[in-house]
Amino acid sequence: MSTNLRVKSSEFIDETIRISFKFNGKTYQGFKGDTLASALLANNIHLVGRSFKYHRPRGIMTAGSEEPNAIVQLNDKTNRTEPNVRATEVEIYEGLEASSQNCWPNVNFDIGGINNAISAFLPAGFYYKTFMWPASFWEKYEYFIRQSAGLGKSPSDNDPDIYDHRNIHCDVLVVGAGISGILAAKNAAKNNLKTLLVDEKNELGGATIYQNSEFNKIDNQSSSNWIKKEIQELKNIKNLEIKTRTSVAAFHGYNYLLARENLTDHLEKKNKQGKIRQRLLKIRAKKVILATGALERPLIFNNNDRPGIMLSSAVKKYADFYGVISGKKNVFFTNNDSAYESVLCLHNKGIKVEAIIDIRENSDSKIVKAVKDAGITIHWSHTIVDTKGYKKLSSISAMKLSNDGLSVTGKNINISCDCLGVTGGWTPAVHLFTQSGGKLVFDENNKVFLPNEYPSEQLSVGSCNGDFKIKEIINNLSINLKQFLKIKKTDFDDITVESEEENSKRNIWLLPSDKPIGKTKPFVDYQNDATAKDIKLALREGFRSIEHVKRYTTTGMGTDQGKLGNMHALGIIADTAGVKMGELGTTTFRPPYTPLTFGTIVGRNVGEYFDIFRRTPMNDWHIENKAKFENVGQWKRAWYYPINDENMHKAVQRESLAARESAGILDASTLGKIDIQGSDASEFLNRVYTNAWSKLGIGKCRYGLMLNEDGMVYDDGVTTRLGENHYIMTTTTGGAANVLGKLEDYLQTEWPELDVYLTSVTDHYATASICGPNSKKILNKIIPDLDLSEENFPHMSFKNAQIGNIKCRLMRISFTGEHSYEINVQANYGKAIWEKCMEAGKEFNITPYGTETMHLLRAEKGFIIVGQDTDGTMTPIDLQMNWIVSKKKYDFIGKRSLYRSDTMKEERKQLVGLLTDDPNIVLEEGAQIVSELNQSPVNMLGHVTSSYYSPNLKKSIALAVVRSGKNMMGKKLFIPMVDKNINVTVANPIFFDTENKRLNA
Amino acid sequence: MFIINCPYCGERDQQEFKAGGEAHIERPKQPTELSDDEWAGYLFMRKNIKGVQFERWNHAHGCRKWFNMVRDTSNDEIKLIYKMGEKPPSE
Repeated sequence: MSTNLRVKSSEFIDETIRISFKFNGKTYQGFKGDTLASALLANNIHLVGRSFKYHRPRGIMTAGSEEPNAIVQLNDKTNRTEPNVRATEVEIYEGLEASSQNCWPNVNFDIGGINNAISAFLPAGFYYKTFMWPASFWEKYEYFIRQSAGLGKSPSDNDPDIYDHRNIHCDVLVVGAGISGILAAKNAAKNNLKTLLVDEKNELGGATIYQNSEFNKIDNQSSSNWIKKEIQELKNIKNLEIKTRTSVAAFHGYNYLLARENLTDHLEKKNKQGKIRQRLLKIRAKKVILATGALERPLIFNNNDRPGIMLSSAVKKYADFYGVISGKKNVFFTNNDSAYESVLCLHNKGIKVEAIIDIRENSDSKIVKAVKDAGITIHWSHTIVDTKGYKKLSSISAMKLSNDGLSVTGKNINISCDCLGVTGGWTPAVHLFTQSGGKLVFDENNKVFLPNEYPSEQLSVGSCNGDFKIKEIINNLSINLKQFLKIKKTDFDDITVESEEENSKRNIWLLPSDKPIGKTKPFVDYQNDATAKDIKLALREGFRSIEHVKRYTTTGMGTDQGKLGNMHALGIIADTAGVKMGELGTTTFRPPYTPLTFGTIVGRNVGEYFDIFRRTPMNDWHIENKAKFENVGQWKRAWYYPINDENMHKAVQRESLAARESAGILDASTLGKIDIQGSDASEFLNRVYTNAWSKLGIGKCRYGLMLNEDGMVYDDGVTTRLGENHYIMTTTTGGAANVLGKLEDYLQTEWPELDVYLTSVTDHYATASICGPNSKKILNKIIPDLDLSEENFPHMSFKNAQIGNIKCRLMRISFTGEHSYEINVQANYGKAIWEKCMEAGKEFNITPYGTETMHLLRAEKGFIIVGQDTDGTMTPIDLQMNWIVSKKKYDFIGKRSLYRSDTMKEERKQLVGLLTDDPNIVLEEGAQIVSELNQSPVNMLGHVTSSYYSPNLKKSIALAVVRSGKNMMGKKLFIPMVDKNINVTVANPIFFDTENKRLNA
Repeated sequence: MFIINCPYCGERDQQEFKAGGEAHIERPKQPTELSDDEWAGYLFMRKNIKGVQFERWNHAHGCRKWFNMVRDTSNDEIKLIYKMGEKPPSE
């Protein structure tokens, strides 16, 4: 039984190489060249999966990437498993394992099939309508709905494969290597244009390659022989790169396209190892030629989804290309001539065609005559009204169509069959064209949307442009290509082409049945089980926009994005609502054209490369000393240094005490550093900071606050005057890049007259900050020849010094309130200097502390952290930092905004300190603050921005922003939490050493 | 993703640039002379046109230079790029 469905050895299938694979646990044989779909059909397997909603048995419908039904899980229970893969695209290899999806316990007996029996109770919007009440039950419903949602299973292990990205620049990109694509690429490359030709299949030639019909001839040869010769020639053309198994996923503006090149999916497991699996090609093309072809569309009739019902072109491709017949008793159902090609193909192979049901009244084309001559019955003006066979088609019944096409008359004709080839005409694949922003126009005659307005240098050729017959394709291509590529002639200007003509057309979007529509199942979207009656229901319920109908009925929302049925959905809406299809428009075509793996999208940016971290020169020391790290911007900063099994709280308490009792050391290398030079540097600082800078002496440091033009605090930091025209500015760790950008903006656009140059030097320096009462002694040990007296080196001043041979910049500045020094050295000396400080500080129990302790120490002093205690709505006045806002300066960034009526309001949120009545309760940062507990709705005054337990004060402290907080000193407020209310008192935000005595201690 | 022809570096991918909003809104020379409404006009009011718009762009991951661009926001067509300080085209 295994190979009797092979009709003849096909040149595309190598019958000398047998490949065994598993489907649902059972081993089958196929040949090299088979897809999973063709191999399954050859083994007489049509039932591949179950549909999403009704769990109806479904089989293989197509032979390409548009497949809605035959989607499988590959290599289940391995780390390479992949869900929702189209069996029609999988090239089989030794050891491949595939299994059905959306069925339990198995595809032959699926419990979910009960949904089909109760489908009358599962109309469009069923979930929306049913699970609305009572609203509070949603969480309970959701659990069960999620159980039944989704198709395949996503892998749970790490992906073992490697993925890659590649940028490609070319003159011409040709998408699709059917006859139009091949001719276009050949002529582009021959005219000295760097050309890239891509196709999603592993063979070039599209449908023409197996088109061996006496009705289609080029240069007096069969079109397939002619195209084979052309393909042979292509391989020798310089300038032309060809990529197969490459599917264009997206077409963005400026001819930027993304394509997935599949490199190892068709290989055996042992050959996949260590190779790049898929590559995302990022293509910039000067010109794009779309030759994406057309998709055959089905017909929409009652029970049109049974396994064994396939597209007519797919039946032909399986027979001609793969040498596999899909059934022994075939019936075709059509509204155009292309089914007759498939009929002749089977007939010539000796396969029985029982009958053709054609909704047209007649057709007198040559190919129809040939079929008539072959003695095959044609039922003109008939339509199929029902089909039978649960897991495999067993028969169809047809009736005569009324003249208006809305009803059926006469007697039922029953024909037993195991395969039904269906064709409803062809839909140009305009997906990429519309993704690029192209506008479509509706062709009433052929009932297709066609490219109309091109948004970029691009051209659609062949059947994706509505040219379906070889003669039209070649004639139009010759004209359009010359114009588009600005070339004088093409290779095929004078070629003789014979192709069939088609005159008779009849299009009915929804075919009638002898049963009322409510009793039928005409599927429009096979994967999501959306039927024509669902669409009609949506229209009855008032939906009009095509986008809304789509979402309500889920038409076109499956993994196939409705490639087969979208046109019918539009047609049914147009017919029912009485509007023209051209006016209705289409739903938006979104990338990707076929699903992409996450691996392809991220490429090499996985693991530590997913989001690159910046590390300081002392990073290794921190790791060696067991620091815990936190992310600050892109930086990895030492957070705290636990000893033995200390938790964060204990470590921070110990570090904080040590820093105030003896000495602490902090890695401050991450602070942004901007070198500012130029004769107008002082004036520039005057304009960007709120305070005055012109009188700052050389060798002195000053704290500055930077606002946005809206008056809100943007950044802060200490800036040091190194020379007459030379400053070094520090910024917050996270704000460095933005501050530089902002300063550059003002310099280049508002104040180009200023002679100022900015350079980012953040990475050039490593910074160790030593603080505490013993910091002076430690520094003295390291730099014995430097006079550290108050007179020579006071707080807020700067010295150039040397530690051994290493030059350093010393600043006496403090973020902890302690006597402290910042040592800046060239970055590559950072670790050496740090170790030297540790060595010198050993006798003083110098304690390394991380960002958490730094935050605690500064909070004790009421120093703000921009971004923690401010949030883009805080002015310096709100922060109670009036002292830093110059009244004398005529202007600085944001000054005018401080005098807006809104920023001057007394009842703005202002920064205050908070003390809990119980000193052991530490508030939660972000907790809301109220003055009344029993108000409804409660008036929220503000929130806690920083909160710690201070070991130096032996009580908890917090900073908060509170409405009118400035005037609430000593007032009792409340912090309502889930399980308790916390009583707090508004306090001065400077909790420790309010007189700043320790700075000079 | 569009291609931007930086007046200093040449054609580069959009990824290297940062948009800086509407162009030719000069910072008032004497902000203190302005009423709240006038100052709010400078601070907040932007045209946000669907169609041809004058914009500022910065080659942030390149030469860091700011420049002006005339762009059709409906289809990202860049009509013109010119340096800071240069007069906008009248048309």
